[in-house]
Amino acid sequence: MAKFEEGLRYSESHEYVRVEGEYGYIGISDYAQHALGNVVYVDMPEVDDEVTAGEEFGAVESVKAASDLIAPVSGTVVEVNEALEDEPELLNQDAFTNWIIKVQLSDPAELDALMDVEAYKAHCEEN
Amino acid sequence: MEKKTCLYDRHVALGALMSPFGGFIMPIQYTNITEEHHSVRQHCGVFDVSHMGEVRVTGPDAERYVNHIFTNDVTAAPTGQIYYGMMLYADGGTVDDLLVYKMGENDFFLVINAANISKDVAWMQQQIQGFDIRFEHQSDYYGQLAVQGPEAEAVVEEVLGLPCKELKFYTAKTLDVAEGNEGETIIISRTGYTGEDGFEIYGSHAFTQQAWDKLIESGRCKPCGLGCRDTLRFEVGLPLYGDELGPEISPVMAGLSMFCKLDKPEFIGKEALVEQKAEGVPQKLVGIELADKAIPRHGYSVLSPEGEVIGEVTTGYHCLSVDKSVCMALIKTEYAKLGTEVQVQIRKKTFPGVVVKKKFYDKHYKKN
Repeated sequence: MAKFEEGLRYSESHEYVRVEGEYGYIGISDYAQHALGNVVYVDMPEVDDEVTAGEEFGAVESVKAASDLIAPVSGTVVEVNEALEDEPELLNQDAFTNWIIKVQLSDPAELDALMDVEAYKAHCEEN
Repeated sequence: MEKKTCLYDRHVALGALMSPFGGFIMPIQYTNITEEHHSVRQHCGVFDVSHMGEVRVTGPDAERYVNHIFTNDVTAAPTGQIYYGMMLYADGGTVDDLLVYKMGENDFFLVINAANISKDVAWMQQQIQGFDIRFEHQSDYYGQLAVQGPEAEAVVEEVLGLPCKELKFYTAKTLDVAEGNEGETIIISRTGYTGEDGFEIYGSHAFTQQAWDKLIESGRCKPCGLGCRDTLRFEVGLPLYGDELGPEISPVMAGLSMFCKLDKPEFIGKEALVEQKAEGVPQKLVGIELADKAIPRHGYSVLSPEGEVIGEVTTGYHCLSVDKSVCMALIKTEYAKLGTEVQVQIRKKTFPGVVVKKKFYDKHYKKN
């Protein structure tokens, strides 16, 4: 069964943000990695790229299909998780430890539009 | 509303991910595609391919009729021989690719793609005029299992008790079995769509269900979904109708001319192919290998080094048997030479690639 982590903010498209000060770590939820199956490639933006809430910033690919990554919040990419370039399967092993990008949040108020863990659990159960 | 095969309930009970394919609701995977893929390459897997369509053509003109609608040559074929080829429109576009089994004198068993069943049957019936044949559409009668992998022969012999050792590559025979509808005649052939040794077995729904249960209960054969069927066939360069063949894609464009016998007196589409061979075709199917791990998918654009769109990806994967991102693509002929540098557009970025043979992994057929 999928794991859910408290203290994160979640989007309907199954990305999470872990907020630390003015930064947010963005990744995909454990529910999402389960649904995708074996991740074989992660397409990530570059440092200094701007991401916009609700817009695509990359993709996670399983054997069968590519799924867009949708930014849950806006900001500037300050770091990408380079370990995923060689070991995309880390997302299957632990999706919450293995964030995808770290952004400097440009509008922290956007976090209010995201779900807490209880609301996100309910969202997953509906699917 | 999609049709269900006779094994639908068994797939659901095994927890398969079910998805529509070719008008049927089919198992895509039971555990995961990668595991199922490797089980076929290394051991043995069983696929429910009951969605495939079957047609029986018999009667005094059966051989002449099959030669008329089929690109390969079945003239004076030995009983049990199987031929791969295409049915074509007059302009050389492909109606479908299929297997033709010679079952006896003027007796042929045709196996067609699920997604094309109604189109094919209507088209084939339109071509009957002037031929004294009996045309039987048997898709609703037959279930079909594909048992594939290096251990397939032992599994079919020992688990199903069907003698198949003597069967040569691309031949078939009928067997009388006690199972099924209180005894029946099944068809078994040494064929498949994975690049491994293996067998395809056609019987009634009752027989197919009993054989499936024996295979799964034996533990010697992993249930495999259409997900890995696609990665397996892709790696060894086998075409899928709808991707590498279609009304706009002739066998000459797809590199399948060896299955089109232009020395036959006639078949539908022959003139068009003769012309394509003589004058060349504007596009050809090629393999492309990328330097990067990014994955080219069906429909993505292929570009020249200068950035001009020169074609489209037909199928692409991060190849499971060899750790590379590769695709088949239909591109302008001038770029189709092996070693040509091209690019593939994947989302916002372009990735350099090189034209290679469209076979990314060697077949392991048992030919004797």
